[in-house]
Amino acid sequence: MKQFVAQLRTELQIMLRNGEQLLLTLGIPALLLVFFSLVDVLPTGTQDPVDFLAPGVLALAVMSTSMVSLGIGTGFERSSHVLKRLAVTPLGRPRLIAAKISSVGVVELIQFVVLVPVAYALGWSPSSPNWPAAVGGVLLGTMAFAGIGLTLAGRLRGEINLAAQNGLYLVLLLLGGMVIPFAKLPAGIRAVAHALPSGALADVLREALGHAGTQPATSWVVLATWALAGPAVAAATFRWD
Amino acid sequence: MLKASGGSTSWWKELTVASAPVTALEVQGLTVRYGDLVAVNDVSFSARAGEVTAVLGPNGAGKTSTIEVCEGYRRPSAGTVRVLGMDPSTHQRVLGTRIGVMLQEGGVYPSARVLDTVRQYCDLYAKGLQPADLVDQVGLTARAKVSWRRLSGGERQRLSLALALASKPEVAFLDEPTSGVDVNGRDTIRGIIGELAGGGCAVVLATHELDEAERLADRVVIFDTGQVIADGTLDELRKGHDEIRFRSDPHLDLHALAASIGMVASQVGRDEYVIDAPPHPRLMAQLAAWLADQGHPLTDVRAGAQRLEDVFRRLTADRSDRDAS
Repeated sequence: MKQFVAQLRTELQIMLRNGEQLLLTLGIPALLLVFFSLVDVLPTGTQDPVDFLAPGVLALAVMSTSMVSLGIGTGFERSSHVLKRLAVTPLGRPRLIAAKISSVGVVELIQFVVLVPVAYALGWSPSSPNWPAAVGGVLLGTMAFAGIGLTLAGRLRGEINLAAQNGLYLVLLLLGGMVIPFAKLPAGIRAVAHALPSGALADVLREALGHAGTQPATSWVVLATWALAGPAVAAATFRWD
Repeated sequence: MLKASGGSTSWWKELTVASAPVTALEVQGLTVRYGDLVAVNDVSFSARAGEVTAVLGPNGAGKTSTIEVCEGYRRPSAGTVRVLGMDPSTHQRVLGTRIGVMLQEGGVYPSARVLDTVRQYCDLYAKGLQPADLVDQVGLTARAKVSWRRLSGGERQRLSLALALASKPEVAFLDEPTSGVDVNGRDTIRGIIGELAGGGCAVVLATHELDEAERLADRVVIFDTGQVIADGTLDELRKGHDEIRFRSDPHLDLHALAASIGMVASQVGRDEYVIDAPPHPRLMAQLAAWLADQGHPLTDVRAGAQRLEDVFRRLTADRSDRDAS
């Protein structure tokens, strides 16, 4: 337990000391939520933009932390031999992975503690929200995005990994139904968007927090598939050095 | 057997060692292949508790691959390795609590502070060492709150050494520990390595710096093209290879010198010469007299066993000659 706590403390220290990671995980989601809630330029299709944006931005926050932040951080740890050095300590892979997942969970908790009140302050009024379902969606989304982030981090060199994570982040943000409704995407792209983990998580959260999902049952299946496949691919392909 | 007692600043000074040397590392017939490339070819050597074993060799000689097998990072293609009697590829978890590893570079979060990093490793090993004491021992107290990326190359090496010490190692694998370190830092690191070995730890030192190995090592293992070409104490490797090395004017008349003293001298530098012979006082006197008669200075003279650098050159040159023939 002492080793796990030591590693978790280090993971959180490193994350909090990296300003760009805080910007990515908290700054950008908060900015998108506030800006597009106040400036009604997105084709959200809702009377109040925040009702559409809040679940989408929560999904974006999950993706930022569990895919991009975790993936970039782990990629640099790999290229700077941090993982190699840790491999010959009593920490062990299970506790290292547990510490990383726990640090992601702590950051997601902080994100939700900040973003949910901001959304309420902006006028978000979800009708009979199903928070347990939302938490379930967040857990599956975290697994899926962490799997994708670690797959890239475990195979690509540091700088290429950085570019790939950021590029994928942008693609999933735009096509994932987080800030642009699926209905506004071209028909061909719409089918792809529904199959993406970002689209599935946004849809699941929108259904759980406002009964506004477009195809919630399918989205749960898609999300669960990514949640199983992502970590499995990462585990099979990850190179520690 | 090694016996540790915790809680002290220089804990390794309190290790006690049985009188007979204990083999802490045993490598037998080790082969490491990367596809078709044979990086290490049927290598055998050992390292004992309480001794510093220097692993030397040029780049690509197979040192790092060998050490990485010993540390448990990779599996051997053939042969066996035993660290403290255990196979590192299958007992890495247990050995992880008993060995110390210093990587050649990196291994630390760039944004992590010195004291935080040492605290992390002290907690991972849970051997009761105080992080501030370790930081002090490697001479980084004044830099304790500085992040790794702001440390100099030498300071990074000292931090890496502190992480290796956090395990209270019974076997320490140190890769180029003094590389890029200033003079004072080298003295600190040499002192720590000496105390580690003195306390019973088997120190395996991989280095390019022959002078460093000469100062620290009890035993030397020399690698070349994936094989061990020499293994023994410094005295064993130097045995039968005494020399007289001196400096004088460039372009001495070496034929006249040989006729006068009865030994052949070779020019090995612009103004540096070597005579492959034991440093007999009569020969030394003859050399000095001839130089004086010819009006040449004797600006520097060193007589006795070959330097490790010369042993290394001789052994690798012998091997090249054999391969060529």
